[in-house]
Amino acid sequence: MRRSPGDTARSVRTISRRALMLGGAQLLLVGGLAARMRFLQVDEADKYRLLADENRINIRLLPPARGLIYDRRGVLLAGNEQNYRIVIVREDVGDIETAVARLATLVRLDPEQTEQAIREMKRRSPFVPVTIAERASWEEVARVAVNAPVLPGIGPEVGLSRVYPLGEDFAHVVGYVGPVSDYDLERIDDKDPLLQIPRFQVGKYGVERRLERVLRGSAGTRQIEVNAVGRVMRELDRKEGIPGKNVQLSVDQALQNFVQARLALDQESASAVVMDVENGDLLAVGSTPSFDPNKFVHGISSKDYNALLENPYRPLANKAVQGAYPPGSTFKMVVALTALAEGVIEPEEQITCTGYIEASGRRFHCWRRGGHGRVDLVKSLRESCDVYYYDIAQRVGIEKIGAMARRLGLGMKHDLPLSGVAHGLIPTKTWKRERRGAEWLIGDTINAGIGQGYVLTSPLQLAVMTARIASGRAVTPRLVRSLDGIEVPPQEAPPLDIDPEHLAIVRRGMYEVLYGQRGTARQSRIADEDRLLAGKTGTSQVRNITAAERAEGVIRNEDLPWERRDHALFVSYAPYEAPKYTVTVVAEHGGGGSTAAAPIARDIMLFALHGKLPPLSAYPSSQRRQMRELFSRLDLRAPVAPSQGRGRA
Amino acid sequence: MSFLEYNVRYTPAGLRKVLYFNWFLVLLLMAVAAVGFLMLYSVAGGSLEPWAKPQMQRFALGMGLMFVVGFIPVWFWRSVSGLAYLTALVLLVLVELVGEAGMGAQRWLNLGFMRLQPSELAKIALVMVLAAYYDWLDLSRVSRPLWLLPPLALIGLPTALVLRQPDLGTALLLVAGGGAVMFFAGVSLFYFLAVAILGAGLVVAVFLSRGTGWQLLKDYQYGRIDTFLDPSRDPLGAGYHITQSKIALGSGGWTGRGFMQGTQTRLNFLPEKHTDFIFTTLAEEFGFIGGASLLTLYVAIIVFCVISALRNRNRYSSLLTLGIAMTFFFYFAVNMAMVMGLVPVVGVPLPLVSYGGSAMLVLMLGFGLVQSAHVHRARRK
Repeated sequence: MRRSPGDTARSVRTISRRALMLGGAQLLLVGGLAARMRFLQVDEADKYRLLADENRINIRLLPPARGLIYDRRGVLLAGNEQNYRIVIVREDVGDIETAVARLATLVRLDPEQTEQAIREMKRRSPFVPVTIAERASWEEVARVAVNAPVLPGIGPEVGLSRVYPLGEDFAHVVGYVGPVSDYDLERIDDKDPLLQIPRFQVGKYGVERRLERVLRGSAGTRQIEVNAVGRVMRELDRKEGIPGKNVQLSVDQALQNFVQARLALDQESASAVVMDVENGDLLAVGSTPSFDPNKFVHGISSKDYNALLENPYRPLANKAVQGAYPPGSTFKMVVALTALAEGVIEPEEQITCTGYIEASGRRFHCWRRGGHGRVDLVKSLRESCDVYYYDIAQRVGIEKIGAMARRLGLGMKHDLPLSGVAHGLIPTKTWKRERRGAEWLIGDTINAGIGQGYVLTSPLQLAVMTARIASGRAVTPRLVRSLDGIEVPPQEAPPLDIDPEHLAIVRRGMYEVLYGQRGTARQSRIADEDRLLAGKTGTSQVRNITAAERAEGVIRNEDLPWERRDHALFVSYAPYEAPKYTVTVVAEHGGGGSTAAAPIARDIMLFALHGKLPPLSAYPSSQRRQMRELFSRLDLRAPVAPSQGRGRA
Repeated sequence: MSFLEYNVRYTPAGLRKVLYFNWFLVLLLMAVAAVGFLMLYSVAGGSLEPWAKPQMQRFALGMGLMFVVGFIPVWFWRSVSGLAYLTALVLLVLVELVGEAGMGAQRWLNLGFMRLQPSELAKIALVMVLAAYYDWLDLSRVSRPLWLLPPLALIGLPTALVLRQPDLGTALLLVAGGGAVMFFAGVSLFYFLAVAILGAGLVVAVFLSRGTGWQLLKDYQYGRIDTFLDPSRDPLGAGYHITQSKIALGSGGWTGRGFMQGTQTRLNFLPEKHTDFIFTTLAEEFGFIGGASLLTLYVAIIVFCVISALRNRNRYSSLLTLGIAMTFFFYFAVNMAMVMGLVPVVGVPLPLVSYGGSAMLVLMLGFGLVQSAHVHRARRK
């Protein structure tokens, strides 16, 4: 439409006016935008730059290699193995179910873990690798690798996992690691960020647990640049962690293996301790039955765990240090030394044993119903006369006996990196008043005199006691020889404050136990003149013999159900002239100390002294054929060579 | 015939038209596009693929389109305004029927060689048809209520179709662009005041009605508003964009981290870093100076358009130029305000910089119209 010039002029005027109005408004808006930009970028820049760096940099932990555990000769007891896992990355896989089905034709998949993995994949970001199969074999890894083209997003990954090459032998000493649990995190006050890694392996039992801090090492860190969804873009910085320290224990692998095999041979449930008399090194700490610690490493199945829990012979317990048993007659040396020290008796002084004594209206029987007749100190040990000790215990009193017991290492917790080290119990009058709410009776002292009643000791404590009697010095047990090659010095062993003559007479009694004509353990003597054994048997009752039972005649142990039979104990050292090792054996409900425990102790002692299976000539000639047959039944491990490089491996 | 009112004698003809193009505008457009290429190159981690190269190709195509459109006399464009508008409407209906869903909304029409976003085309077509309407309308009738109805209907139709997709950002741009042309044409200020008051009242009503029986919006819609007002309420959800965008922007400081040194955008903290949020890359890598420079370039483009419009005595040309300039202004103003957390996140690209074909081509088409109006204006000699 054609406009008049006037219209055109009006139109231009309007448009110009309106354009300037809106233009002004636009400028205002642009000014606002610029001001906002300035506010964000200049005034608040520091705040946002900080936020930006947090956004960008993420710190990941690098788990350190756990310290290795060796025996005294450098045999590997606990190592790390490469653990192949099959991992799935969801975003690369396509359809999960098809991929898993395809994978299942190549790799043995645990249905439970597969289901868990699929659930986890759906929950997590699509690029996070999720483990679908753990501890895959090399063949399986190879199969997956070969088929990689048809398995996008599925691949093998390698990590370190604990392994115990010797299996059951060291389960109780070395212990085991397991995946850290929520329960662990709550219980232990440990700020180490490593514990936040899912399924990070921490020590749960034994040395693994007690030396956790030493073995674990410290985490390395990896600074990585991540994007908003957490995908790693690149590594900015890497600080390697410090691997855990290697631990060398005092135990001897071959001896430990022998101890475990020998204990298991004819006992359901037994324990033994072999200790160096001089420096306190524990050479073997055996406990049977045992278990396979490797089962715990990745989390034990509840079926396996329940089986271990329900086993009446308690395979999970390290009875050598955790078990607390009445020491029985092995306690008699303590009482004898107390009486000698207090001067209430002379070594030659004779006490008449009629088979029992009467005290406060009760009859206390000697194990030998007919009595031992006239008994001096050596004979009291040799034939284990109870009446002799009923008498001298009453003469010195419980407090003096307790003091001597503690001097010999009983009733105290020895500081060892093992789980559940028992304190044992050496009763006092105050203890009974406070804990039992009753006054100490004379009968209690009489019972304590033969290591019954309230007295409780662990096999480890008995070993320390024997070592102290044998050496005359306050030897303390030691389990860790070196950390990362640096030796842990043995604790000083000051001489015991005991008259050497008194110790000599007690040792003489212990020698007579094996070599005296009526020695209770004569059957278990060592024939080798250079390796004479000294020891003491013990049979501790776990039940009261009622008067009715006594009237009917004491029931033979073999006729009782297992859990009501006596515990069999034997403490020993050898060679008699120059003590080197002490061996303590406790067979739970094993029967008599002389028949059940002493033969085992002798075999262990001979193995320890020889460093291998002893020649049959070490045994009395009448027993050699029997021993050959016994050796043939032993289930021993083939010799294990020490690992190369005793330092870091 | 209407073209008689153009003084043909003083209008350049043939290839000589090239000399009469608004070359400052061309240079400014190239500068802005170059910023876009740099940013797309940086966002891709220092690579022409996958964004910078196609963007360059499209810009070249757009440049060609602009010159072709600019060569064609503006009176031709005025005569096809109605047809362009109808075409845009048909395409919007088509997209409703056979369109492809992208980013959760139905917006694309697959033409085989390219995917067209008809809503972008509608913005230009709407400006064209409104300019033509007010060019035709007698000046004395501009503010008459009855004569307000046709332009309102012209704005309302495409807006309704776009809202159905749903694409709130484009709908707002359509209303704003159309409203701007009405404003330039001289529609009484009283109406605009009334609309402003009504709008404010509606906002108040929306907030007051919350939680009552006559609640105007759905709960999730209120949730979005809350998140916009306080992004920390939902830092990993809807508030995430805003928070991350502000972090990227703020960490740029005065001078920025330097080209290709931006961490936030490159590391995918920002979604849509190459499209709607590309300004954050610029602001992070070149800081306040970079951001302000781009803003200046945009303002300069607007200024050149306004100057060109004011020097043009033809009503259609002036309204068309101002309308397109206004649409362009709304593009970058809304995008920047969104990135800076001033307005809620709506899908509006940064013009000529964001990666995207339709918007680039349609904008270049629009600037072609501006050039056509500029070249073919009546010159007094």
